[in-house]
Amino acid sequence: MNGLVEWGSVLVLLAVGFVFGGRSERRHYKSIQNRETKLLALPLKSETKLQVSEIEDVLLVTGSVAIASDYLKTFIANLKNIFGGRLSSFESLMDRARREATLRLKDQAAKWGADEVIGFRLETSTIRQNGIEILAVGTAVKFKKLST
Amino acid sequence: MILTTIDQVPGRQIQEHYGLVSGSTVRSKNVFRDFFAGLKDIVGGELKGYTELLEETRSEALERLVTQAESKGANAVINIRFATSDVAPGAAEVFVYGTAVRVI
Repeated sequence: MNGLVEWGSVLVLLAVGFVFGGRSERRHYKSIQNRETKLLALPLKSETKLQVSEIEDVLLVTGSVAIASDYLKTFIANLKNIFGGRLSSFESLMDRARREATLRLKDQAAKWGADEVIGFRLETSTIRQNGIEILAVGTAVKFKKLST
Repeated sequence: MILTTIDQVPGRQIQEHYGLVSGSTVRSKNVFRDFFAGLKDIVGGELKGYTELLEETRSEALERLVTQAESKGANAVINIRFATSDVAPGAAEVFVYGTAVRVI
């Protein structure tokens, strides 16, 4: 009887993870794509050199996100762990987190009126057992505008 | 105070170096937030409580770095790097470091 309840709850949690996790992932990807197109005009570079020498102002910009995997993803990852190989369920989680952090950084830079973001860097750390935290940092630069 | 992640301040000239400055903070969140984060492990999604916590911790660490740089007489910090680590369950440490300089 106990075993039955245990297996039943695992199945319920898997179903919840499948339904809610899948839905939130699809929604998240849609919103990421929308915002990425909007912010496409702002150049983002990991290099540290600038082509323009007339600078008005610089600002440190950051974007961060903490994200958790759902029960189904964790379950699949644990299963795959036995045989090894690609954990595609976690790859999409990392991808979403990185893009979200990057978008938040670009958002902050765009609001400030940046013309370019240079020295861009991404950092990853683990929080809890199956959560990740991504930090995006960069230097936003505002060019001197020609006065008319 | 000008802060950059690159080895210079765009459009300015570095006059003097003051060496490494750093700032660090360790923070923990309350149990309620932790409980909700536990629920998120089932359905997935963003851990807003954690995002906020890390953001607050980060700005506090940055403030400490700025204070240290100011006490050295610098007006800019270049090459800023962040490092985050898990020191205890539910607590996060943020360490930030950079090079203090004077620019003109």
